[in-house]
Amino acid sequence: MKTRSIPYFYVSPAFLILGLVVILPFLYNLVLSFSNMNLTHFRDWDFVGFKQYGKVFSEQIFYIVLLKTFIWTAVNVVFHVGFGVMLALILNTNIRFKNFWRIILILPWAVPQMITALTWRGMFNYQYGAVNLIIKKIDGFLQGIFGIFSTADVGNIIEPVAWLSGEATAFIACIITNVWLGFPFMMIVALGALQSIPKSLYEATSIDGASKFQQFRHITIPFLKPVMMPAIVLGVIWTFNNLNVMWLVSNGGNPSDKTHILVSFVYKAVFNHYRYGYAAALSLVIFLILLAIGWTMLKKTNAAKGVAE
Amino acid sequence: MTKNNSSKLNVRSSIFEILKYAILLIFSAFAVYPILRVLTISLRPSGNLHSTSLAIIPDGATLQNFINLFTQQLFLRWLGNSLLVTITVTILGVALASTAGYAFSRYKFKGKEFGMLSLIATQMFPVTMLLLPLFLILVKLHIYDTFLGLIIAYSATALPFCIWQMKGFYDTIPVSLEEAAKIDGCNEMTAFTRVTLPLAAPALVITALFTFMSAWSEYLVAAVLISDRSKYTIPLGLKSFQSNFDTEWGLYAAGSLVVMIPVIILFVVLSRWLVSGLTLGSVKG
Repeated sequence: MKTRSIPYFYVSPAFLILGLVVILPFLYNLVLSFSNMNLTHFRDWDFVGFKQYGKVFSEQIFYIVLLKTFIWTAVNVVFHVGFGVMLALILNTNIRFKNFWRIILILPWAVPQMITALTWRGMFNYQYGAVNLIIKKIDGFLQGIFGIFSTADVGNIIEPVAWLSGEATAFIACIITNVWLGFPFMMIVALGALQSIPKSLYEATSIDGASKFQQFRHITIPFLKPVMMPAIVLGVIWTFNNLNVMWLVSNGGNPSDKTHILVSFVYKAVFNHYRYGYAAALSLVIFLILLAIGWTMLKKTNAAKGVAE
Repeated sequence: MTKNNSSKLNVRSSIFEILKYAILLIFSAFAVYPILRVLTISLRPSGNLHSTSLAIIPDGATLQNFINLFTQQLFLRWLGNSLLVTITVTILGVALASTAGYAFSRYKFKGKEFGMLSLIATQMFPVTMLLLPLFLILVKLHIYDTFLGLIIAYSATALPFCIWQMKGFYDTIPVSLEEAAKIDGCNEMTAFTRVTLPLAAPALVITALFTFMSAWSEYLVAAVLISDRSKYTIPLGLKSFQSNFDTEWGLYAAGSLVVMIPVIILFVVLSRWLVSGLTLGSVKG
């Protein structure tokens, strides 16, 4: 075999499958987005030009859900990276039972996402859910402490929350669930970066009189950054499109379709409302938004530098 | 440094120590608690499902839910279906990603950059963009409700990340090793299969793990492509315990535990490879 054809030989099986399941549906989706296909026009659909796109942008709900998607993504990624890096920094110091802690802390990553989502949904149940039971326990404890100083009845200090029936609380419940399952990934990535820092760098600089803070700023962060950046870009992309948690914790957008991000909203449009043409257009819009965000981040952070090399 | 100063430093560093362990303890509790909760619910006797107790081992703990799961439900069937789909996808994913990743790492060829960037772009597709057309195609071709559709869909969604991941790891293996092997009589192919591929074992293991996990626990694609109850995969079966009017929490929890434990064990055993095997493609210190 000629050397020049070898890479194509290696690449083609993977791209054949990708072409079949990614490119082909993508093109079909593009066609659909210009059509009026829905349940009543399933076989006799027509091309309607940009009408579906017009519908997407003229409805107010799109902008509301878009805003929620941004909040969802930003909050999740900030917590994932914040918790992940903090725990990695701790795990990288001299601590007892290092492996034990590390294994315990990656457990949420090992639990299948749909089980995570359904389990947390159960835990957010108003009456029997663990979250409210714990809130009641803490409340009882606080009242007990208060009782030491005063005999007056203070009532509940913190109240159980009707998590899944309020618009804001259901959204927060989804975020808590997603923070739980996402921080171990960032922790492991950060830990990998921290372990690649040569110990001699710290030794040499501390002989030169550098403080811990200076070392952190001038050694730790520069090593952490190039590794975390691609992980953050990936995290943003994955979180933006994370259907599982949103859909399963809120049971399809409950209460009354208020708990949605774009991807769960469009999933509902397809498989509950059968608005195929509209959903195809919206899917493409979502993709383009994320492409714009992802592209900007990749450019800004140079995270794709190694890709093209 | 004066004596006073150093004792101040000691106090500060011991506060730091305590803080470190406190944070670890809080996060560990946060991480483990939901899993323990599933265990608790799975052990509850049937009359006690709506309990407000927080005890980890419930009063009157029983294995009845597990017995019901394996005797009265199609659970073993679902387990078989899931294993069939997941193992096929894992083998396919690792085989295709290990070769494609190698080409992206070692060769310069036309369309390389476009190929790598389009892999990233596929990660940005909202799932409906592929699922809706795929669903319509399968319905119109009357091959709805088969594992084949599921296997192809899962392989394709797992592949881009796997290829990226393998490419990143190959990048860290010195090319000189292959060159040396070629001098010793290897050709292009055998230099890859005998030298580089074995060295990439950590990345292969991690890629396999990710592919396995993504296919093993996938629900929303399966919910669209499979409707026959006897063809359910495990996630569909678990969800069906919840969608009845009265959620069968006991069965759900027992089923979740059976599904979750092997994955957790696998993950923990392989976790020492995670730090070295997960290179995130473009990362080069």
